[in-house]
Amino acid sequence: MSQISIKNVWKEYGAVTVLERLDFEIQSGEFCVLVGPSGCGKTTFLRLLLSMEPITRGEILIDGVKIASEPARDRGIVFQRYSVFPHLTVLGNAMLGVELAEAKFGGHLFGRKRGRARNAATDILGRVGLGHVLNHYPAQLSGGMQQRLAIAQALLCQPKILLLDEAFGALDPPTKTQIHLLMLELWKDRGMTVFMVTHDLDEGFSLGTRVIEFGKVRRDPQAPDAFGATLVRDVDLRGQTDKERSLSLASWERNTKSPPVVDMFQRGRS
Amino acid sequence: MTRVINRRPNPRIARLLGLVPFGAVLILYVICSDIRLHENPNDKLLPSFGSMWSAIGQLAFTPDVRTGNYLFWADTLSSLKRLAWGMGASFVIAIVFGIALGLIPYAAALANPFVAALSLVPPLALLPILFIALGLDELSKIVLIILGVAPYLIRELALRIEQMPYELLVKAQTMGASTFQIIARIILPQMLPRVLDGLRFSIGPAWLFLIAAEAIASTDGLGYRIFLVRRYLAMDIIIPYVAWIAALAFLMDLGLRVLSQRLFPWARAST
Repeated sequence: MSQISIKNVWKEYGAVTVLERLDFEIQSGEFCVLVGPSGCGKTTFLRLLLSMEPITRGEILIDGVKIASEPARDRGIVFQRYSVFPHLTVLGNAMLGVELAEAKFGGHLFGRKRGRARNAATDILGRVGLGHVLNHYPAQLSGGMQQRLAIAQALLCQPKILLLDEAFGALDPPTKTQIHLLMLELWKDRGMTVFMVTHDLDEGFSLGTRVIEFGKVRRDPQAPDAFGATLVRDVDLRGQTDKERSLSLASWERNTKSPPVVDMFQRGRS
Repeated sequence: MTRVINRRPNPRIARLLGLVPFGAVLILYVICSDIRLHENPNDKLLPSFGSMWSAIGQLAFTPDVRTGNYLFWADTLSSLKRLAWGMGASFVIAIVFGIALGLIPYAAALANPFVAALSLVPPLALLPILFIALGLDELSKIVLIILGVAPYLIRELALRIEQMPYELLVKAQTMGASTFQIIARIILPQMLPRVLDGLRFSIGPAWLFLIAAEAIASTDGLGYRIFLVRRYLAMDIIIPYVAWIAALAFLMDLGLRVLSQRLFPWARAST
């Protein structure tokens, strides 16, 4: 539903440049996947998108408006771990977003409003296949169920953009496939903009409408931290069938050069 | 032959083994006591269980001639009252300051060094100051317990909050939570079981400070009584009192543990 513009964004930590000259747009309704080896600045970029850290130069706009300087409701997130609150039941976790929005003071809803929040939560929990464990605590759920809960929880806040940070990286393959299908279904239904960070190329090419990669184009052997990563590859997968997607993936892998002197810029970041 | 680190007792044997040291100490005591009493029936050092029973019975079931109180129960009540006030106040103080220190960077910058310094001051060294400033009544004893327990609880809580996965705080913010909502819905409910645990570990220190304060300036309380009768070498009162104090501490610990499990069923599963 919303478009993201990244305008000449740089991120530096002191003398270390992590990201530089990032300049691209993510269209409304796009499922954009950022791939790349660890150390290429994927996570840093996600932190910028979430406003967890200040941008050194440039700006990020959502629908033409500069993003707030702290995490906010317009950008939902599902992390790989710790995405749901351990002290709340499945239902409590899902209702939390509505409660926080409507009960400005303490974040607790009562009476009819609570009933409405509960209905909304129950609906989507049924949708993601958690209808039978409404009163369980997250620790009683499998990893896949926890991530499904995290997705439901994020969606109930109706974010403009849904961010996925290696969200399915810790799941076993069958669970992963299941949750991929669910994710695609929800994405299509809602026509929302999704930005996903992953190191799993297969995942990226099977889900995304677009796959991008960060990497370094300039390197100074004397000062390995002087230059940061920027957008190096950008593939449009819109309208591709599964077969075309796997061809795209194959050609991507053919064109992947051996990673350039990784240890030099991996220092101090992940 | 399996390694000794891999040989585990089954639950029944484990429970029996746990009782062995208690039994051993009791038997050793009875033997030593018998030997001494055999040599000198008026020995006061290791009284027989019978004489302890009658001494405590005297205190617990016969009203005191002077005050009309049942001293044993009156002592217990006033000690527990002081403990409850001291630990209750510490609990509240720890929650307020611990959350501020753990969650709000400016509050942490302001108060962390001070709390760290404060927790290095031995509370007992402050006791004379408390007596002078607050008088010899209940207040100074309660404040001593607070000074002994609260800094530890505050630091423990602040540390726990800092160790919370940052993902949870970011997630809450992406759900639109304000600082107050984050405290009310995320931090406080997640930290209450931790604070209760901290409180459990503080039971020992709290008793220590209570008994110290009662020993020095008091007119009742379990600590007062044992230090009073020490003058008469009344081991037949001191030993049961010490056992009673240990039993009370154990019950408090048990109570807090059960309370925590009842109130926060999720906490055991997720740690």
